[in-house]
Amino acid sequence: MIRSRGSFGHEQGCMTQLQHMAREGLQQLIDALRDRGYRCIGPKVKDGAIVFDTVESAEEFPRGIRDQQEPGRYALTESSEDKYFDWANGPQALRPLTFAPQETLWKVQRDGGGKLTFREVAPAMPPTAVIGARACDVAALKIHDQVFLERDPADPYYAARRKALFVVAVNCSSPASTCFCASTGDGPHVSSGFDMALTELDDGFTVQLASDAAQSIAAALPLVDATDEQHFAVGHQRSEAIRAQTRSVPGRNLRQALFDNLHHGRWKDVAERCLSCGNCTSVCPTCFCHREEQDARLEGDAADHVRMWDSCFTREHSYMHGFVLRETTAQRYRQWLTHKFGSWHDQFGRSGCVGCGRCIAWCPVGIDVTEELQHICGEGSSESIPSP
Amino acid sequence: MNPYLPHDAVIVDRVQESTTIFTLRLAFSDPVQQKRYAFAPGQFNMVYLHGVGEVAISIISDPERESLYDHTIRVVGRVTRGLAQLKKGDHLGIRGPFGRGWPLLEGEGRDVMIVTGGLGCAPVVAVINYILHRRERFGRLTIMQGVKHAEDLLWRSRYEAWARMPNTQVIIAADAAGKNWPWHVGRVTDLFDQVALDPGNTVAMMCGPEGMMRAVVGNLLGRGMSADDIYLSMERNMQCAVGHCGHCQFGPHFICKDGPVFSYREVQPLLGEAGF
Repeated sequence: MIRSRGSFGHEQGCMTQLQHMAREGLQQLIDALRDRGYRCIGPKVKDGAIVFDTVESAEEFPRGIRDQQEPGRYALTESSEDKYFDWANGPQALRPLTFAPQETLWKVQRDGGGKLTFREVAPAMPPTAVIGARACDVAALKIHDQVFLERDPADPYYAARRKALFVVAVNCSSPASTCFCASTGDGPHVSSGFDMALTELDDGFTVQLASDAAQSIAAALPLVDATDEQHFAVGHQRSEAIRAQTRSVPGRNLRQALFDNLHHGRWKDVAERCLSCGNCTSVCPTCFCHREEQDARLEGDAADHVRMWDSCFTREHSYMHGFVLRETTAQRYRQWLTHKFGSWHDQFGRSGCVGCGRCIAWCPVGIDVTEELQHICGEGSSESIPSP
Repeated sequence: MNPYLPHDAVIVDRVQESTTIFTLRLAFSDPVQQKRYAFAPGQFNMVYLHGVGEVAISIISDPERESLYDHTIRVVGRVTRGLAQLKKGDHLGIRGPFGRGWPLLEGEGRDVMIVTGGLGCAPVVAVINYILHRRERFGRLTIMQGVKHAEDLLWRSRYEAWARMPNTQVIIAADAAGKNWPWHVGRVTDLFDQVALDPGNTVAMMCGPEGMMRAVVGNLLGRGMSADDIYLSMERNMQCAVGHCGHCQFGPHFICKDGPVFSYREVQPLLGEAGF
């Protein structure tokens, strides 16, 4: 049931025949996953947003719901379509599932003689199937695999969670105005990195199986070969979802353009609007910064070593023995953008942005990263000021 | 192996070097682990103070001494202030070694020039001792150390002893000196014309404030050295030490994992750029 680390790639099964199941098949999918011991995580409406949470029934899915996203704005409305997945995304991708917002790495106990005994705390992650991951979410998961697994040493905490994860992706039919995954090359349809991929059509779902675990689940589903019309409908939906995207990045590799413009006037301009609140880094599915802290017990002999998500927009992020390296918001915004879109290419062979648009929608002042990039890296971007 | 998990180590000896600087001589409690422990000069450990936290500290002892390893620590923050209170026989946590150390193999058969500034000389002490214990493998050794105040000079007797070693030149300067200061008053970079530099056959290694290192690099490049032969030990906020936590990201590098020692060519594009 739990796949070995070797199957993270999933590439081998992607060319399998497209199959089809009726809309009611979604409940059977949940049942089949639960029967095989998976905890199911799916989209739900909570506090006015779509969030991933434990689901037992397809009834809990946001059927007939759309999300309206704009810079600094997120709202749910009723959809004219009776679909389960007629929305783009919520504030969090899969990141909290595999990279815990806060977790204890180890515990330490001091004995009477002062000797310290360190004990690793292994994450307790039951086999977990997430239904409804978007192409951008899956692309971000693959990026975190690079960060935490594919470099030496691997992160044992991420590895344990990742190993327990079964990904049911759902191709995106209804991008939000903030989405730009087509321009980053990560969506709107998934291409790899999932176990099973669904496309929701008017008459149910097409189903693509990409792993042995998915083949085994599929045996319990009412699948038939997809018709030519259904194949066509999937392709049509994809083209429409691309066409619906109005935002874009001004290039897939902006590394040179960014580092050529470290003193561009726009850094100061954006810093006048940016609150340095770190919302963008909290919702970004690829941000991986974390800090470590000690949680000492009152009795003094025991302590927990805890790590939690961190943000390069805080002062403490760049603290070093007595001073702060990035005191200004301009320096912090530039750090974030030049890493995400610039030096990420050196470190991981691609940009760190998957085009999900969350940093645009969840920014309290509506800073649009695509617009900032356009100013800094687009044509005529050599306007220069002294260093921020 | 969980790279985040420290191991118990005991303080075998403690030396107060100055009012704010002290050296801890450590050994892992587990003798098997101590025997297995191997590091290179320029690498660092994460030193854990019980209940307070971890801090990255370079290892300054000789890598071929199997029974012990030394950390020289300056009191600058919460963890180091607490570490300063520890005594011989006290325990702490250690994980490491981490990072990439000094290019000692590249230096063999060549002249080595070591330049340090401020109180930042600890990471290169390991190199100086390493070379002096294997003197025949290296050419001329030049040690340049600049401090703000004369009393900041740590290990004055060691510098004096090093100056008496064969084929070794020691140049010291203090911005502000008191009586009995036998060396230069001013910046150490004032004294470059005293150094007979063979630019094609020298490896330079330096640590200290980035402004000082950039001034030295400029001088060395001007005298014909290659950016590939000049090495710098870089510092940033380090928490995980394995390139995962993101704090020490510096352009294409994670200082903790890809460094802390870099050739100038590797760090040149962003070195001196405020905010990186």
